Amino acid sequence: MSMTQHAEPAVTSPPAPGPKETDGRTSERPLALRLLARPEVGVFLGAAAVYVFFLIAAPPVREGASMANILYSSSTIGIMALPVALLMIGGEFDLSAGVAVITSALTASMLSYQLTMNVWVGVTVALLVSLGIGFLNGWMVVKTGLPSFLVTLGSFLILQGVNLAVTKLVTGNVATDDISNMDGFGQAKKVFASSFEVGGVNVKITIIYWLVFAAIATWVLLRTKYGNWVFAVGGNKDSARAVGVPVAFTKISLFMLVGFGAWFIGMHQLFSFNTVQSGEGVGQELIYISAAVIGGCLLTGGAGSAIGPVFGAFMFGMVQQGIVYAGWNPDWFKAFLGVMLLGAVLINLWVQRTATRR
Amino acid sequence: MDRSSHSRTRRMAPFVAVAAAAALTLAGCSSSSGGKKSTEDSSGASAGKASTPRMTVALVTHQAPGDTFWDIVRKGAQAAADKDNIKLIYSADPNAGNQSNLVQNAIDQKVDGIAVTLAKPDALKDVIGKAKTANIPVVGLNSGLSDWKNLGLLEFFGQDETVAGEALGKRLNTEGAKKVVCVIQEQGNIGLTQRCDGVKKTFTGSTEVLNVNGTDMPSVKSTITAKLTQDKAIDYVVTLGAPFALTAVQSLTDAGSKAKVATFDLNKDLTTAISKGTIQFAVDQQPYLQGYLAVDSLWLYKNNGNYSGGGEQPVLTGPAFVDKTNVAAVAKYAANGTR
Repeated sequence: MSMTQHAEPAVTSPPAPGPKETDGRTSERPLALRLLARPEVGVFLGAAAVYVFFLIAAPPVREGASMANILYSSSTIGIMALPVALLMIGGEFDLSAGVAVITSALTASMLSYQLTMNVWVGVTVALLVSLGIGFLNGWMVVKTGLPSFLVTLGSFLILQGVNLAVTKLVTGNVATDDISNMDGFGQAKKVFASSFEVGGVNVKITIIYWLVFAAIATWVLLRTKYGNWVFAVGGNKDSARAVGVPVAFTKISLFMLVGFGAWFIGMHQLFSFNTVQSGEGVGQELIYISAAVIGGCLLTGGAGSAIGPVFGAFMFGMVQQGIVYAGWNPDWFKAFLGVMLLGAVLINLWVQRTATRR
Repeated sequence: MDRSSHSRTRRMAPFVAVAAAAALTLAGCSSSSGGKKSTEDSSGASAGKASTPRMTVALVTHQAPGDTFWDIVRKGAQAAADKDNIKLIYSADPNAGNQSNLVQNAIDQKVDGIAVTLAKPDALKDVIGKAKTANIPVVGLNSGLSDWKNLGLLEFFGQDETVAGEALGKRLNTEGAKKVVCVIQEQGNIGLTQRCDGVKKTFTGSTEVLNVNGTDMPSVKSTITAKLTQDKAIDYVVTLGAPFALTAVQSLTDAGSKAKVATFDLNKDLTTAISKGTIQFAVDQQPYLQGYLAVDSLWLYKNNGNYSGGGEQPVLTGPAFVDKTNVAAVAKYAANGTR
């Protein structure tokens, strides 16, 4: 199956040269089929299908501004879907990712406000808190050997409660105070939540970050030793350890990477909306995970890519906004979303099956 | 194994974090504007305290965690409890079955009175019957205007969501709106649907509903932007909660739309937006009043046998309009988180 092609980088020793290609046991498959067998190609076709569909069904989608809006929506999902996907390739799972975004935003906002600090202080501490949450998740998974599903379900509930209780305790309300008039806000907004004009179209900066992060993640996965470690610990933890892969380090760092993503998106939300409601974020974890799965990351680990989740997130943004651009009956909103996504995943699956069945 | 050495270095991370935070604090990176220092220490309303014997009242709502609106209801209830020498037990669950269990829990605790919201009246029917059998007075608040009497509640405090929607619809007529989009942040919520239905009923122009994912602000923003692009004729956006109104303002900019924004419910930032004119007006159902009156009424009933509305009529707490003309008077209470 699709795992086989990724099992290769999992072994750190170089593949045995020579006989493999010429001994006749495996004949070279046509380029098109080999290409189709890659998980990200299936999701690319799915995304393209959804895009073309809405291009026809919803005239406003053809405008540049609409595309910028769709990409913005995709990018806020996509920036989180990337580390979530890497974590899944590494064989683990994070259910706390959605509320962790809000935890980070709340930390930055409340710390700056309550201590009347420059907002960068809050931003820095929030980063440390987010990385700390990731570290704790990873550390517990590695130490206890419990499924990450259970560990992060626990942290999901803890964070959800803490978000609410601490916010209430500190601010006396369930939402944070407006920090938009504080020192450093303007700068931070420029970094995390600005936008610029391209040919009269307003483009949000998160789109750029999204693509840059995806490029970095792709490079790390395919070109670095760390990338090999990620595939290895997700494919087979024990044999990875046997060949000298630092399993604990790899897993914990992947959880911390999710923490970093949560911090980044949390900061984006804080600096674009000025205040944060403590009850938000619940349910988002499933959207991030869906984007990663649609993007070709296996729930069992060991396979996937960084570019796949980019298309997965795009598909989410495209369908979510496309339905509105098409002006369809909003009662069916969630049902449309589900059908579209399931359809796209099935195309993805079918493409992969046809390509690999030989 | 190398595993332990890795985790040992990693274990230092939290300490490093705390140390870094402390260092930053000491570095004196304080903000010269905004922040807590700029707000005066203002406490909420406080009246005298009743000398009546201590009683216990349970307030059981269908609040979802982290919702600003319910936080205000609870503050009102707490204020009344403090004044009346009442011990207030607050509990909430958006799931009707769980909410009914919470009411049962209150009965088991032998409280002196129960205030309950009736978002799903049928689910609470049995347990309210049990409270009556146990001789515990029950009052309704917020939702359930059409059902409180059938269920045998003593009195009811709230706003008819449909009536509030109708009032907003009429207001839109006088504002000269032609096409309205009503933004629902929680698909399938009865109260929210009734508000939009009310608007539709009295508004003479056309009304459309838009569902957004309320737990994800960036997606709320993009979806409203998408709607405004899809239908350029929209000249008024109506949101059903204060945070969504503030987000809708950003969507207008993104979509390059000239539409205006009106909303249900208030908060601190919203009053600022109304005085600045970025949001036109808000329909306030005075949640503080709902919580306050519900608890206070149980005290009155126990100590003087009174019941508001005589058990026949509900006591309406809204709809009250907050716009540029009266926002200044409301703003300072909103800043306290009580309006």
